[in-house]
Amino acid sequence: MKEITCECGHVNPEGTVLCEACGKPVEQNQHIDGNEDKKLLNMRYDGSARRSQTYNRTIIDKIWNFFSSVKVGVTLIFITVVASAIGTIFPQSVFIGGADPATHYKDQYGIAGQIYYQLGFHDLFSSWWYMLLIAMIGISIVIASIDRFFPLYKTLKKQKPKRHELFMKKQRVFGETKSDSIDYETFKANLKKRRFKVYEQDGHILAEKNRFARWGPYVNHIGLIIFLLGAILRFIPAFYVDEHVWVREGETTLIPGTQGEYYIKNESFTLETYDKDNPDDAKFKEAIENQDGPIPKTFRTDAVIYERTNQGVAGADPDLDVIKEGSATLNNPLKFDDFALYQASYQLDEFSEMSFKIHDQDDEDTNYGEFTVDLTDPQSTYELDGGFRIEVVNYFPEYEMQDGQPASVSKYPKNPAFVFNLYPPGEETPETSFLGIGANIGAGENNQYKLGLTGFDTRDVTGLTVKKDHTLGIISLGGAIFMIGVIQGMYWNHRRIWLQPRLDGAWIAGHTNKNWYALRMEIEKSIEGTHIEAPQDQYEMKS
Amino acid sequence: MGDWTAISGNLLYAAFFIYLIATFFFAGTIRDKKKGKSRIAGNIGITLAIIGFITQIGYFITRWIASGHAPISNLFEYTTFFGMMLVFAFIVLYFIYRVDLLGLFALPIALLLIAFASMFPTEISPLVPSLQSHWLYIHVTTASLGQGILSVSFVAGLIFLISQVDQSKRSKHTIWLEVVIYIIAVTLAFIIVSSSFSATNYEATFEAPIEGQQAEITYNMPAITGPYNGELISEDAMSPLFQAPEWMRGEDAAKKFNTFLWALLGGVVLYWGTRLILRKRIAAAIQPLLNKKVNPELVDEVSYRAVAIGFPVFTLGALIFAMIWAQQAWDRFWGWDPKEVWALITFFFYAAYLHLRLSRGWQGMKSAWLAVGGFGIIMFNLIAVNLIISGLHSYA
Ligand code: HEM
Repeated sequence: MKEITCECGHVNPEGTVLCEACGKPVEQNQHIDGNEDKKLLNMRYDGSARRSQTYNRTIIDKIWNFFSSVKVGVTLIFITVVASAIGTIFPQSVFIGGADPATHYKDQYGIAGQIYYQLGFHDLFSSWWYMLLIAMIGISIVIASIDRFFPLYKTLKKQKPKRHELFMKKQRVFGETKSDSIDYETFKANLKKRRFKVYEQDGHILAEKNRFARWGPYVNHIGLIIFLLGAILRFIPAFYVDEHVWVREGETTLIPGTQGEYYIKNESFTLETYDKDNPDDAKFKEAIENQDGPIPKTFRTDAVIYERTNQGVAGADPDLDVIKEGSATLNNPLKFDDFALYQASYQLDEFSEMSFKIHDQDDEDTNYGEFTVDLTDPQSTYELDGGFRIEVVNYFPEYEMQDGQPASVSKYPKNPAFVFNLYPPGEETPETSFLGIGANIGAGENNQYKLGLTGFDTRDVTGLTVKKDHTLGIISLGGAIFMIGVIQGMYWNHRRIWLQPRLDGAWIAGHTNKNWYALRMEIEKSIEGTHIEAPQDQYEMKS
Repeated sequence: MGDWTAISGNLLYAAFFIYLIATFFFAGTIRDKKKGKSRIAGNIGITLAIIGFITQIGYFITRWIASGHAPISNLFEYTTFFGMMLVFAFIVLYFIYRVDLLGLFALPIALLLIAFASMFPTEISPLVPSLQSHWLYIHVTTASLGQGILSVSFVAGLIFLISQVDQSKRSKHTIWLEVVIYIIAVTLAFIIVSSSFSATNYEATFEAPIEGQQAEITYNMPAITGPYNGELISEDAMSPLFQAPEWMRGEDAAKKFNTFLWALLGGVVLYWGTRLILRKRIAAAIQPLLNKKVNPELVDEVSYRAVAIGFPVFTLGALIFAMIWAQQAWDRFWGWDPKEVWALITFFFYAAYLHLRLSRGWQGMKSAWLAVGGFGIIMFNLIAVNLIISGLHSYA
């Protein structure tokens, strides 16, 4: 370490630009902050010795210097801004409702969509390079902060009221007073009234306030880093569970993601809509009429949560104890243990049961037997009392014709259809029929019998998200620290005023990290009645 | 019930006119050479601005009573509220720095916003389930306050640019400044065109295929551009000059595009009309009026101070409160929804502004341009994201 001893006697570390104690410019280091030949000193970090400005030899130095540069940091931020903006031009692939992105973007948005997809913007926010950008911003924040905080902290701690002449003259706010009647006591009293801390050394005065505001950026950067760490922890399953479960009304099922511990029963699902004839909603009449469809008012699942008490007993039916009864609505999740159930989706009027009867092809009033299909558990054959046997050849829960062939577009019984083989008593060759809601196409021309729908039951299904999130605490902590930091740094300003006695009067200088106009107003009020003349702002705005 | 709605509407009108009169008084501060007189005009201006603000609070409260929920749930309500927050932020900064000119520019922008808002459906609408939360009030009001304060930074930046850009020759600065003024003219044109046609009850109905089905689409302005493959069925309506491009498929896409064209054309008429009368760039014509009044360093500091005050408020409202609410309503605090992404972009943008200013010494011109850019992002998030890239957030 090549230490630098100043003429005031203070020993400064290598790389110091302005003496920590008296502020005298260290001659050989003025190039660092670009002070040569300048009228004003660069006071950004009080001329402290920063690692990034001092060493540039090893590869580690180079990496350190790269990330500690604000130019680099801001460039990274701007790239992120532009990329994010592009990411909103077309919907991200999570929002396209399960369509295949490989064809969706081209079909919907033409050539632009194709390019968008091929460049990977359809899934921007989980792409490796977007993550890399955020990670680099994170590293940059850490390194830039360490590089600046420690030297600045030490320098502000070691500063002395008695300043070098050059330091005074080269301050942005500086003034000379020639007078032998300067009232130092009033000046100090004024400063104290304005909540400055006043320090003195051989008649030299340093008044300082709100130094803590200088730490604001570092506090807020720590908050940002904690926030990012919390976000990274979500990739660890112990910290984060995110599952989805469909529960039919009346049904009890295992809650996924709970290691077989918890079960839920859906007592009922309710969807309410606004009704212009309801006196409570009358004030919305116009809006309800202008809207094409109904406007939903509430989605609610009333549920019971059970805990399994014989967990781990293989093969045994679960023994369930009620631990909670309650409801989940949008904005009010149902919480138990570490978990929360969110009302996420629903399906109204799903079929639960369908009943059929056998009758003559051309006489609907005949009845050769009835059977009921439980759609959650369809059997492969049904033996009827009259000796008829029905074989389920094919079951389409959500039936649709695709390319002339019947097919099912989902496994949920929203529009069930069947292909049945009907064996009359004693016969070995079946009659085949196709049956759906409102579609009864006898497959064979000369069928003797026909199947008819006699009734059905429906029920609602609720879709709940199951969440456990132990990172929320960390993320909230990060957010809170960030807010404290920004407020600390933005709503208070670090201000210093120096007064140096001269043979024929005094010099005054001032420095702040922001809001110079306000600083000058503050100085003008502090010198009232002291015969000190108001200093000038030596900075010339080059617009 | 109907009474409250009516009172609320009248209070909003009243606030609008009070702001308008306040603007005239602020204009008076630059005309009077004598210092004393201009002081009086400034004092009257700010007093009126405060009265207008209180009147608008009255609108807000009465509308809240009428609807049973805070009136910040659709584009009309949200934009008016934003205008109100801009006025509030202006009042706060006025009392820190006492710059009269700020009023002369901030109030007209608030007026434009409120008038713009009234072009959208103004009836009271019910809250869909996801909006039924106290966080709606907390999040939207704080975010909007933050945006209002940040907008004052734009206002001060604009004053800086108009007064400082060298108008003796054409440069990038003069061109961009005229672009900003043209955009303001487009907004004004949109308001004039929409309200004129709605006053005459103009209607032109088209039949066009929307997602494979024939649908009827009713324009309230003469169609410059008709829906793709659409057929005009109204009798005495003007037939469109051309069809909207095929990729504008949404039900209202072509109609919105038509409105947008009207606004652009109206903007051209307003802008070039004024420019032909003045015979110079608009900014060049305003500059001499401001020169004696503007202290560039002061205006620059006001612009920066607004960011310093607004940035934490915006972060709290638009990111932190938003995340808390999203966690409750949608089980995830962040989902990369376009509205969320644009709030993040705003946040990053102003963070960059602060770093450039603090560490790289960007002041004056550069800083003012950044403030203009930031306002552009805020307006984009308010208008374009709502009208074009709609996400989960259910405004309008
Ligand atoms: C988007 C994330 C970031 C946010 C929200 C943020 C926020 C802030 C804020 C509010 C300030 C105070 C500015 C002022 O006083 O005018 C600040 C200062 C600073 N930031 Fe950041 N920052 C971020 C990222 C970064 C990055 C990537 C770097 C890396 C180069 C960085 C380096 C700095 C430095 C060196 C300071 C000045 C510290 C001082 O004056 O002592 N920041 N930051």
